[in-house]
Amino acid sequence: MVFPLAKGARGLLLTFALCMSLACTSRASALVHHDYCIIGAGPSGLQMAYFLQQASRDYVVFERSHAPGSFFALYPRHRKLISINKRYTGKSNSEFNLRHDWNSLLSHDSRLLFRHYSRDFFPHADTMVRYLEDFASRLELQVQYNTAITHVTLDRDPQAWNSHYFILTDQNSQTYRCSLLLVATGTWVPNVVSFTGSEYVEGYETVSINPDDFAGQTVLILGRGNSAFETAENILGVTNFIHMVSRSRVRLSWATHYVGDLRAINNGLLDTYQLKSLDGLLEGDLEDLAIVKDKKGKLHITLRFYLENSNSSAGAETVTLPQDELDNFATRAPYDRVIRCLGWKFDFSIYNRSLRLMPGRGNKRKYPQIKPSYESRGTRGLFVLGTASHSNDFRKSAGGFIHGFRYTTRAVHRLLENRHHGVPWPSPIYPITQLTNSIIKRVNEASGLYQMFSVLADIILVKENATAFEYLEEYPVGILAQLELHTGRKAPSGLFAVIMEYGRNFSGADKDVFYYNRAVGEAQHAWQSNFLHPVIYYYKRLPTEREMRLRPPDWPLPRPDAIHHIVEDFLTDWTAPNAHILPLRRFLENCLGTDLRNFFAESCFLIALTRQKLPPSCQQGYLRMQGLVGSEGLRRHAVKASLMENYTVVDSPNKLLDGQKELHDQLLKDHVIPGRPLQHLINTKDEL
Amino acid sequence: MSSKRNRWAPGFSFLLLCSCCMSSARNANALLELSPQEYLSSLQPGKASLVYFSRNVSPGVRPFLEQMESSVQPLQDYGISVVKVNCPKEEVSRYCGKQNALLKAYLFRGNILLREFPTDALFNVNAIVANVLFALLFNEVKYIASPVDHQNLENSLKGRLNVIFAYVPAIGTAEHRAVMEAAFVYGTAHQFILTTEVLLLKSVSTEDADGLSAQLFFCHCKRVTEPTQPCRRTPMEQPLSTLNIHKYLKLMEAPIVTEVAADPEKVSTVHLQLGLPLVFILSQKETYEADRRTAEFVAWQLLGRAGVALLARDSLGLNVLLQSNVALKTAEEGVPIKYLVLEDTDEIIALVENKLKGEQFQEYEEEEDEEEKENSDKDVQDDQVVEAIHRDRKRELPLDLIRTLTEETFHPAVTETGHTAVLFYASWEAVSLATLQSYVEVAVELKGTSGVSLARVNCWDWPGVCAKQNVTQFPVVKIYEKGERPVTYGGMLGTEDLLRFIMLSRVSCPLKLASAAAVEGYLRGELLAELLPYHTTSVLGLFMPSMKEAREAFIEAGTILKGYVTTGLYYGDDASVLSSKYNAPLPALLFARHEERSIDPVLLSRLTPQEIAQTIRYQLLETFPEITVENLPAYWSLGRPLLILFSDGDLGPWDRNEMLRLGRGSDREAFLACWLNLQRTPAGRGILKAYFSTPPPLPLLAWVNLHAGGEVFAFPPDQPVTQSNVLSWLEKCRAGLQLPSTTLSDAPWTPPLPAYNFLRMMESTLPEFTLHTAYGRGDPPGPWQAEAAEEKAPVREEQAEEPRAEAEEGQPPGRDLRGTVPRLVGRERQVKRHAEL
Repeated sequence: MVFPLAKGARGLLLTFALCMSLACTSRASALVHHDYCIIGAGPSGLQMAYFLQQASRDYVVFERSHAPGSFFALYPRHRKLISINKRYTGKSNSEFNLRHDWNSLLSHDSRLLFRHYSRDFFPHADTMVRYLEDFASRLELQVQYNTAITHVTLDRDPQAWNSHYFILTDQNSQTYRCSLLLVATGTWVPNVVSFTGSEYVEGYETVSINPDDFAGQTVLILGRGNSAFETAENILGVTNFIHMVSRSRVRLSWATHYVGDLRAINNGLLDTYQLKSLDGLLEGDLEDLAIVKDKKGKLHITLRFYLENSNSSAGAETVTLPQDELDNFATRAPYDRVIRCLGWKFDFSIYNRSLRLMPGRGNKRKYPQIKPSYESRGTRGLFVLGTASHSNDFRKSAGGFIHGFRYTTRAVHRLLENRHHGVPWPSPIYPITQLTNSIIKRVNEASGLYQMFSVLADIILVKENATAFEYLEEYPVGILAQLELHTGRKAPSGLFAVIMEYGRNFSGADKDVFYYNRAVGEAQHAWQSNFLHPVIYYYKRLPTEREMRLRPPDWPLPRPDAIHHIVEDFLTDWTAPNAHILPLRRFLENCLGTDLRNFFAESCFLIALTRQKLPPSCQQGYLRMQGLVGSEGLRRHAVKASLMENYTVVDSPNKLLDGQKELHDQLLKDHVIPGRPLQHLINTKDEL
Repeated sequence: MSSKRNRWAPGFSFLLLCSCCMSSARNANALLELSPQEYLSSLQPGKASLVYFSRNVSPGVRPFLEQMESSVQPLQDYGISVVKVNCPKEEVSRYCGKQNALLKAYLFRGNILLREFPTDALFNVNAIVANVLFALLFNEVKYIASPVDHQNLENSLKGRLNVIFAYVPAIGTAEHRAVMEAAFVYGTAHQFILTTEVLLLKSVSTEDADGLSAQLFFCHCKRVTEPTQPCRRTPMEQPLSTLNIHKYLKLMEAPIVTEVAADPEKVSTVHLQLGLPLVFILSQKETYEADRRTAEFVAWQLLGRAGVALLARDSLGLNVLLQSNVALKTAEEGVPIKYLVLEDTDEIIALVENKLKGEQFQEYEEEEDEEEKENSDKDVQDDQVVEAIHRDRKRELPLDLIRTLTEETFHPAVTETGHTAVLFYASWEAVSLATLQSYVEVAVELKGTSGVSLARVNCWDWPGVCAKQNVTQFPVVKIYEKGERPVTYGGMLGTEDLLRFIMLSRVSCPLKLASAAAVEGYLRGELLAELLPYHTTSVLGLFMPSMKEAREAFIEAGTILKGYVTTGLYYGDDASVLSSKYNAPLPALLFARHEERSIDPVLLSRLTPQEIAQTIRYQLLETFPEITVENLPAYWSLGRPLLILFSDGDLGPWDRNEMLRLGRGSDREAFLACWLNLQRTPAGRGILKAYFSTPPPLPLLAWVNLHAGGEVFAFPPDQPVTQSNVLSWLEKCRAGLQLPSTTLSDAPWTPPLPAYNFLRMMESTLPEFTLHTAYGRGDPPGPWQAEAAEEKAPVREEQAEEPRAEAEEGQPPGRDLRGTVPRLVGRERQVKRHAEL
């Protein structure tokens, strides 16, 4: 598969080069067309390029810089990525290991795993740049560097995929026509707050990263995200003290389960604040703030309110400061520097108004508005990828980060393959006997479900008569109602959605996530599980769009016909036969109204000759000559558990009956007793 | 007051004594009869006396005087003297003179009149004692009639005094007396409240109070710190008697949780002294806080019924299990302490309750057990394969004969040796592991066989390898041969079948034979003699050199059948010679059945590879097979009714012969004649059991209409099995002239047991989940509905979470015992592991 593709890519490259030279000679007049245009060769742009390349689609990536990942060339300023690079998990399962690899992009090439690039648990940002360069070059992705798209507009054309083409113009006025636009520009425009005196504020993007420059200084930091704390962490040891102001309280990622909140690696300032080592945190609206500079160059904090009431032209000495009235005002000490670390927002400036690419509302205004399918709300055919697409799961899941959007990007690609190329969502068909196994396999190893919890779900479509099912991996749950449209698959007899969830009321900015008895150990209480655990929703028919819209807030899906929680597990290993698999099987059996137990060939033989109908495992296994004979020892175990009968020991007919009865009674006893100690074993295991 | 207390100090045994000595000291307790003067001179300041002024004893007063007399002793115990003052006829004093005074009794303290009682109110001893004490203890026992007053009083006492709230249906009853007697002793320690208002009782009691019986509550107001917080109330469950109240108050006064750091066998608390059990919660330094909370929670639940002590684990002997978290000590002498491993505080409470209820409730207990069993059934594994593997989990398989392949080693391994069998499996999956056991047995069999190697890939470790090999479910066995397409095994997952497949697939299929001599050798089984144990029939495709198309189809069919059959191919120039020798017009298939030493020709008329393979498969079926577990599916697929001869051991020659004739008869397409050897296939006994209520004599011929109707008929045992007898009997069976022995059930395979209904559990606590969508959906599917009725018990348990304790304590109640000790055991282990690292 790889060879012809690579060849094809080279061919493309050639025609592409030809086009380029043509474009150069006939400057701006010739229109270069591509089916897919990706803006931005960052992680999500390259990830999408990879999938398009694998599918042999006509695509190009535009990158304004000379190399991929230009954001990482500058940010984070202190160069330490906070995405973990876990090189050892004790497991060789490559899919599972992606659960703990937050930096790699998805590809078939195992050399392109981030652990081959860095030994650091929190890698250097330069490594990311090098990795992205390798990813683009090794996979021969079509990236056009040094091309800054400066304007995007629409060209109506009924022939086009979406009745319009996207016309992109670069800094050299070269135009490109695209059937589909994939925006992977990230959020790179620094957030700025303007208030009186904001000219004295240094931005995170330019502030010195040399701690020596801060020796003996008093610093005020605006903002309370990871960049603010990262900046503070860097200079914590040399400053007089650091104060940090922001509107909201600090949100700790280990309390919220959201990786975008303050990570423990950056929280040194919290320590020094709470231990009264001069540093401190304050809450306040930055827009009410004002900064005045005195003659010595010191910066004083005051409030807009005071400035409005006094003569604005006056110098710092005449301005009323809060401490004049309130002599214990918290930030009465003057500062040497004020640093703004307020994060970034999406660059809306290059899109023509006709594209109606609107900012989101509230705390999502830094992101463009998109649908759960990642398509823009304003323009059909415009998809937003990567960090810029985070509005779908902001402060919930990992869609704004590499380890999350590498999966949502794949989902978008699969949607596009179905929509424009008639390639339905991949969905292998399995016999119903494999249902429990398929779910157990996925919840134990799937990385997309795990990283994009509550956003991506595996969908299982039950075939007629419940004898087989189709398995669709990592489908965005937000568009479950339109599943048939988006995937090209039908859901005639019910469906299951397998999703990972945290407990409803467990995480939150001010919740104690270490409280006693926080973990549930018993399968029967599984629905109260707090940590990430698999949840399976069963619907007899696809939920409608109305039901999706009216679902309870913070619920990924509307009310199902039945629901199952697999009890949380300390090791996230859900393969325990009694605590995990058995309750799951019972759930599936009750949804489908069938018996999903496995049987040894001998049992199937007996059933086949004594009943007119056979359970699925005998029907689909034994009768197709694939019965499980099993070893003598195993059959003995089954007999001991009274789940099979032993017919080999017989004497006279009467004795046979008596013996049978005795045996039965004995087995009944055996049958009852193991329940308890077994349960105990499971419990103690969970309590570890 | 203090003197009173001192008198009571020895404890309630005194009360017991009182009742004993009452009769014996009768004469000492006779009603004191005094003249007014004598009475006046006998008055002592502060000493109370109940006086009846009598002028002339009218008959109507006599019963009252008798009651007066009886109350002398009881009142004396409280320092109250009972006096009858005989008024001289002429004297007309304040008490003696008036006529209506005769209907009253007077209570004095010193010479101060406290209260006058109508004699009607003092109708018996209880009434006398109750009323007298009630009057004397005016401050200690507040009579309250309205909930508001009650609330105000309780509020004023919060943080200071505990309240004992008593409701009596009427004044002067035995219960009233008991309350007053208790108040006499405990009046300074607690505030007593008395009421006869049912309304007030209802405001206090959580249960439905009918007001017919007296009730007493201990209100824990002293521990209340917030004025808004309510006082916790503990109802007294025993009937109100002096003794019971006394015991009860003792229990209420005892510390809620006792801390014990000594040998629990030697520990004694009020509870044990009063004959109640003592529960020990085993605690450890690390979990002290949580254990303390748990103990307190339990103690509140058991207050008045059992004591709770927190026992430092260090003080335990070595013979106590590390997992034990609870111990129970009963008041009975010589009964050792029971150590238990419990999961939930409910279990402790249940334990104590059962203890208290004793034998009389055994029946009920059994019932409960049954219920519990039903619930736990759901948690009991009913999948025979999973359970067998689970029970076998401790056994280590001898896997050294099987190579373990990884992503790196897979490709070299399958290309370096001639034939490599690879088992793809998942280490957590039961069917995979069961197959692995058979695979190990195969490896033992094949040990030393050159050119074959066995390997395995755990798809849980190497999903990439499995995906690349197109393995999407488990288990899968594939045979890799250098330069050939891998062959996927599609047969029974058992040692014999696997072994046969691996052995047979070593031979090229079809095997190209170079000469007529080789063909003869092949047909005699000499050519592939080493394979003879694994197959009974060799198949030969015989073609003219010109029949290229048919030959190629046959070759293709050979690859389909690879591993199941040995096929040979000959298309030499002298094929026509062989054709005439075996009477097989070309193209032909020859079936050399080695056991029967026969060679049957079959004309090859259909020429697609699939059809050829199908023909070969069909030809390999026997006319009168012995049905076994392994071969039933092949015959089943014919879809014919079965004529089975059940036999305990080998068939007699007669039976075999007649059956063969039936099998070869003109009716052969209408049914399958076969036999079942119970010696080799013991499961046949299970079949017989299902067909016949009593085990029939063997051999037995049965007609099983397997695919249509499911009727089973037994051939009359008195008739000899001959072809004609059987055929005529079959006619009768088909015509409905015979009664079937049984009809096989056509019940579908439904879920063996219900699942946890999490949706309903969630509904009770998460109403928002149903808020918007309750309208939209139809009824839950059948199984769920059916289950709803059956599954009440566990859900009740779910909902039984009482927020009360949490709200009042302001702390998680620590209901779940699992949090304490077993968890700690686990933690210890973890710590150890860290240290080792």
